[in-house]
Amino acid sequence: MSRVGLRLLSAIPTLFGVVVVTFLLTRVLPGDPAVFFASNPAMSAADIAAVRETLGLDQPLYQQFLIYLGNLAQGDLGRSIATGQPVAAEFARRLPASAELTCLAFLLAVSVAVPLGLAAALRPGSLVDHAVRLIVTLGVSMPTFVTGLLMIYVFYVLAGVVPEPIGRLDPFLFEPARVTGFLTIDALLAGDRQILAAALHQMLLPAATMALFALAPLTRMTRAAMIATLGSEFIRTARAAGLSRGRIVVVYALRNALLPVVTTMGMVFSYMLGANVLVERVFSWPGIGAFAIDSIVNLDYAPLQGFMLIMAALFIAVNLVVDIVSAIIDPRVGH
Amino acid sequence: MTHPVHPVRQGGLRRALRGNPLNLFALALFALLCFAAAFGPLLVPHDPLATDAAAALQPPSARHWFGTDQIGRDLFSRVVVATRLDLLIALGAVSLSLVAGSALGAIIGYWGGVLDTVVSRLVDVLMAFPLFVLAMALVAALGNSVINVVYATAIVNLPFYIRLARSEVRPRRALGYVEAARAGGSGDWRILLRHLIPNIAAPLVIQASVNLGWAVLNAAALSFLGLGVRPPTPEWGIMVAEGARFIASGEWWIVTFPGLALMLAVLAFNLLGDALRDLLDPRLRR
Repeated sequence: MSRVGLRLLSAIPTLFGVVVVTFLLTRVLPGDPAVFFASNPAMSAADIAAVRETLGLDQPLYQQFLIYLGNLAQGDLGRSIATGQPVAAEFARRLPASAELTCLAFLLAVSVAVPLGLAAALRPGSLVDHAVRLIVTLGVSMPTFVTGLLMIYVFYVLAGVVPEPIGRLDPFLFEPARVTGFLTIDALLAGDRQILAAALHQMLLPAATMALFALAPLTRMTRAAMIATLGSEFIRTARAAGLSRGRIVVVYALRNALLPVVTTMGMVFSYMLGANVLVERVFSWPGIGAFAIDSIVNLDYAPLQGFMLIMAALFIAVNLVVDIVSAIIDPRVGH
Repeated sequence: MTHPVHPVRQGGLRRALRGNPLNLFALALFALLCFAAAFGPLLVPHDPLATDAAAALQPPSARHWFGTDQIGRDLFSRVVVATRLDLLIALGAVSLSLVAGSALGAIIGYWGGVLDTVVSRLVDVLMAFPLFVLAMALVAALGNSVINVVYATAIVNLPFYIRLARSEVRPRRALGYVEAARAGGSGDWRILLRHLIPNIAAPLVIQASVNLGWAVLNAAALSFLGLGVRPPTPEWGIMVAEGARFIASGEWWIVTFPGLALMLAVLAFNLLGDALRDLLDPRLRR
């Protein structure tokens, strides 16, 4: 347990660095948000000065940073210029949409990639192995936004098997009472099967797009790790001891091969956080990535800052979880 | 991790090509891309910027091989002409991070000390952001232009080169040939430039070649979001973004052809990167 505590502590300097970098980056953004308002001819120079003052832009940089830190400590991420709402509230409203999509995509990717990698590893050099290699190589070369658009064309325009790829739910359906913000879970809690099905249906295409992208590294790593483990001495011993093939593969080899796979999962999950932005753009998904893009276009500091912080914090959290899970799977890592 | 420079073995290239027919395909693709980048603008049948309202949104035909977009521009010409810009951005970004990252990593690895600590911490912080998110924010911060896409892509990749160069230089500091050079009167910089850098070049070049495909993808994704390259410049990412508005009404060709070009370019770079890695680094051969 103390190791977990130490690992948690070691994330703090990085987190602080993230805050500094985020702050500096958004301060050097071109264009002064006060001037953004000045494009409105009704505003006088005094109004602009007032805006600068309320945003704290008239203070020296280090003071701005201290104010920023103080606000951050109170959970205040500032206010969005474009929507006029507190950034923290905006993100709280949008984060579930992104999280739900990313989690489903991740589950989809893992449940396809691990069996695929296993199949390839059990028969290296076979037709299955070559097919897997081809899929994997194509997968890493596919730009997420292109795959997404092509899938829309094939499954929505041509086949008509998915709903219109805009947003999380058909506009004619009512959202379930908001508990978690995850439409699927909220629909389950409300006992509304129709909404659950509709939400899943709507999520299928964007999730598949994201999963496709994650398939390659996961499959590749599962295959490599399994091949390495199956060739090791303890597997030979197990085989010599007459254990069944199924038992060797599942109980002994898979568990040992899992470690690098879990590490890759962490990497893949953080890839997906980045890819989110593109997928949300393609499918008009009302998540945090789409919001961040809008704020870049509007030179809106606070939401972009908040977005980078949330992303980095998630990223650090994922790495922490991976480390902890690795220690559980493999006792050697813990010592 | 102390190993000498790996000489490319006799016939290694030929063997790599024969061993894997995909590599030959990748090489052909790469040649095609280079050809399009070099001579494309001279050879295309139409002006990539010329609009023709009467011929808007036409599907592929004998006159317009890839069809036309919403203002009647010839997509084939645009896709071919875009090759140069897309490849230059990726190449520029990767060479920048290769040179700057290796230099910085080698320096902090050789001298260590406070500089090492500071740079290593900074690298940790940069790596705490998802790559694409950081690239987005950097372009926004530096200013929305093509050269800033190059810088952003380079900066985002810098940590990998710094770490690699640092970890390759460190164990070599006390090796015999470095000691010998020092005894022979070579200064630190001379040892670094003449003896250490050439010895760590192979893994860094491998990293760069594997990185190229990602750089192409990253740049195109940024311009897809409206960052960097501005319309009407022909560029694959922008063309896909423009076509996205028409996909739901069935005009598939505007997205498909630039998307395909992008995919093939990334595929070629990824395959060649893997092939080069196998060729230069026998340790990784499986």
